[in-house]
Amino acid sequence: MRRIISLLLENEAGALSRVIGLFAQRNYNIETLTVAPTDDATLSRLTLTTVAGDDQIEQITKQLNKLIEVVKLIDLTDGEHIERELMLIKVKSSGAQRAEIKRTSDIFRAQIVDVTPNAYTIQLTGTSEKLDAFIRAISGSTVLEVVRSGVSGLARGEKVLTL
Amino acid sequence: MFENARPYRDTVKVKLGKSVKTRGIEVEMLSGADILVRSLQEENVEHIFGYPGGAVLHIYDALFKQNSIRHLLVRHEQAATHMADGYARATGKPGVVLVTSGPGATNAITGIATAYMDSIPIVVISGQVQSHLIGTDSFQETDMVGISRPIVKHSFLIKSATDIPLAIRKAFYLATSGRPGPVVVDIPKDMTNPTDLAPFQYPKELSMRSYNPASRGHTGQIKKAVSMLMQAERPMIYTGGGIIQGNSSEVLTRMTRLLGFPITNTLMGLGGYPASDRQFLGMLGMHGTFEANNAMHHCDLLLAIGARFDDRVTSTVSRFCPYAKIIHIDVDPTVISKNVVAHVPIVGSVNQVLEQMLVLIEQELPGRTEKQEKMLSAWWEQIEGWRGQDCLRVNTSHGSKVIKPQQVIQALYRHTNGEATVTSDVGQHQMFVALYYPFDKPRKWINSGGLGTMGFGLPAAMGIQIARPDELVVCVTGEGSIQMNIQELSTCAQYGLPIKIINVNNRALGMVKQWQDMQYEGRHSHSYMDSLPDFVQLVESYNHVGFKVTDIDELDSVLEEALSLKDKLVFVDVLVDPDEHVYPMLVSPNGSLRDMWLKKGVRT
Ligand SMILES: Cc1ncc(C[n+]2csc(CCOP(=O)(O)OP(=O)(O)O)c2C)c(N)n1
Ligand SMILES: [Mg+2]
Repeated sequence: MRRIISLLLENEAGALSRVIGLFAQRNYNIETLTVAPTDDATLSRLTLTTVAGDDQIEQITKQLNKLIEVVKLIDLTDGEHIERELMLIKVKSSGAQRAEIKRTSDIFRAQIVDVTPNAYTIQLTGTSEKLDAFIRAISGSTVLEVVRSGVSGLARGEKVLTL
Repeated sequence: MFENARPYRDTVKVKLGKSVKTRGIEVEMLSGADILVRSLQEENVEHIFGYPGGAVLHIYDALFKQNSIRHLLVRHEQAATHMADGYARATGKPGVVLVTSGPGATNAITGIATAYMDSIPIVVISGQVQSHLIGTDSFQETDMVGISRPIVKHSFLIKSATDIPLAIRKAFYLATSGRPGPVVVDIPKDMTNPTDLAPFQYPKELSMRSYNPASRGHTGQIKKAVSMLMQAERPMIYTGGGIIQGNSSEVLTRMTRLLGFPITNTLMGLGGYPASDRQFLGMLGMHGTFEANNAMHHCDLLLAIGARFDDRVTSTVSRFCPYAKIIHIDVDPTVISKNVVAHVPIVGSVNQVLEQMLVLIEQELPGRTEKQEKMLSAWWEQIEGWRGQDCLRVNTSHGSKVIKPQQVIQALYRHTNGEATVTSDVGQHQMFVALYYPFDKPRKWINSGGLGTMGFGLPAAMGIQIARPDELVVCVTGEGSIQMNIQELSTCAQYGLPIKIINVNNRALGMVKQWQDMQYEGRHSHSYMDSLPDFVQLVESYNHVGFKVTDIDELDSVLEEALSLKDKLVFVDVLVDPDEHVYPMLVSPNGSLRDMWLKKGVRT
């Protein structure tokens, strides 16, 4: 099952490499990973998605918690949550295709953020599924380049991950 | 050179840095190297095991100028880590290592991994190239924090001399608290520069928001566990290295005796419960006893304490303890339900949890019914039946002069009254000690269980002898393993370490050969040790004493003489039966704990 794990990490050199190293060392997989400092500059917030069974996810969260620099951790997929991923996608678009791509972008509430005579660069935010769906929807056109941010997320309602 | 010029205790008067006042408090200004040494003194470090080189020369100079910390010079950095490790295992105090960058650091890796696998508190200080050179592939540069990352509890790369005290404070705290383990502190050379002074203040208080090791166990879980203990019909206690590291053998012994339950120890847990006690069934696992493995297999309640269900213990996980409910106590939550699912997990310091349990057990025990008592004695009857098999009986043919390796260990036990501190290397001889030298006290049996590092035994014994100069320290080794750190005979000569080395010499990488006999139809691919040295001559060249024994009738007298030479390192080269196997041995793959080889060709 796909899991989204969000954690607060001491914003120290080497901390990120311990998280990533743990996954390699213990043969867990990372699908996506995002990390940046938070409003508290001493902390980074890291979100990662992984595919793991119940037993494995228990080990993964325990092992992450055991890392000295991990301050707190939450498995967002345990409860209701909001997840977002940002995608920039560059599509070859000329002639009649241009209108079609524009229409598809509108349907997905994507924005065209850069235009040349032969290409559109489109920005889209949403769940990973939605981004996948968009790529499928424009599969008739030539996709030149795709860049995705990886998933960020937080719990719905008043539940928070803070110190 | 300096060693000859002046004994280490010589005092050299040096001008320490000037002091400055900040906010009315007088703060000393010291070089990073002096700050490091002072920090180590604050941690009450008495011994450092190390080897110098370019990146740590400032630190070595700072060590030279003081006399409260004794530095011991090894011949290979791997030995320094094992010495610190042995020191820590025997005393419970953290061992300290100092190595230079690059090759010094990489040589230390095997020892760090060894300590990591067995949860041993050591602090390894490695020199690093100057900070402006990091990342440029400069001379003797290696990414020590990166290389050691998967085998340390934590590590630090020092960014400024001012950071040294806090890093050292944290390093010792992390190494020794919770589940102990090795910590690396990597220090670029410019951070220890004698001309750059920084304020020295050693932090008294330490709190880390991201690290809070468990202490007391959950009361509800403990209640549940105790009520299960009271109702069990075929209970079994299985304990590991956590009892030793957690200094809990006393409370474990009280609890086990009170309950009257059978108990087994892992290889790492031997000595956690008195092995000569009737309730002790011997070691379990791959080379466990018939009675311990059978009691594990048939029990209906397993109380696992400070143990981690290693694959050498469980064998085939799906067939492990098929009838048992499992209570698992450990300070490290990650080991609980990692390999085998625990029905009642209890996270906490083993010592505290056992104390909590003991209180409840004392209350509940009088309420145990007659029926329960009957079930327990029926269980014991069954166990005594297994014990009656006498699985450790040594097959000796009458009148033969051949020495069986087991007899060497039995003789050693007799001649030391079972009271020696014994280290071992890795192989058949290691298993023979575990099986034939019953340890009654913790921290007396020192071996590399988790990593299984050949070359561990001698340096570990050296570290212990340093900590306990007057105690008998014996290293039981094999002719294969001893050659992995044999250069340390020189270190032993330098510091006059009177270790007794028993070389169980079967002229083979015996354990490898045994597997080849059992699983590869006797094809002994590279398990021979050709061109062995004459060990007696070899040790004599270091001015140690050597004996060679080939006849069983000489074994006792030679051992007696060897042990009587209290001030000398004595190496006893015992030529044993080269074809002996270690039994019992679990059938693998796919066997359960009751499936064992009992001797050559004989299966359960
Ligand atoms: C550093 C290292 N390399 C290889 C091994 C694999 N190994 C385990 S036991 C063994 C044989 C050890 O031979 P010896 O020291 O003579 O002991 P014996 O089994 O003969 O008693 C080997 C090679 C190991 N444990 N450690
Ligand atoms: Mg051998």
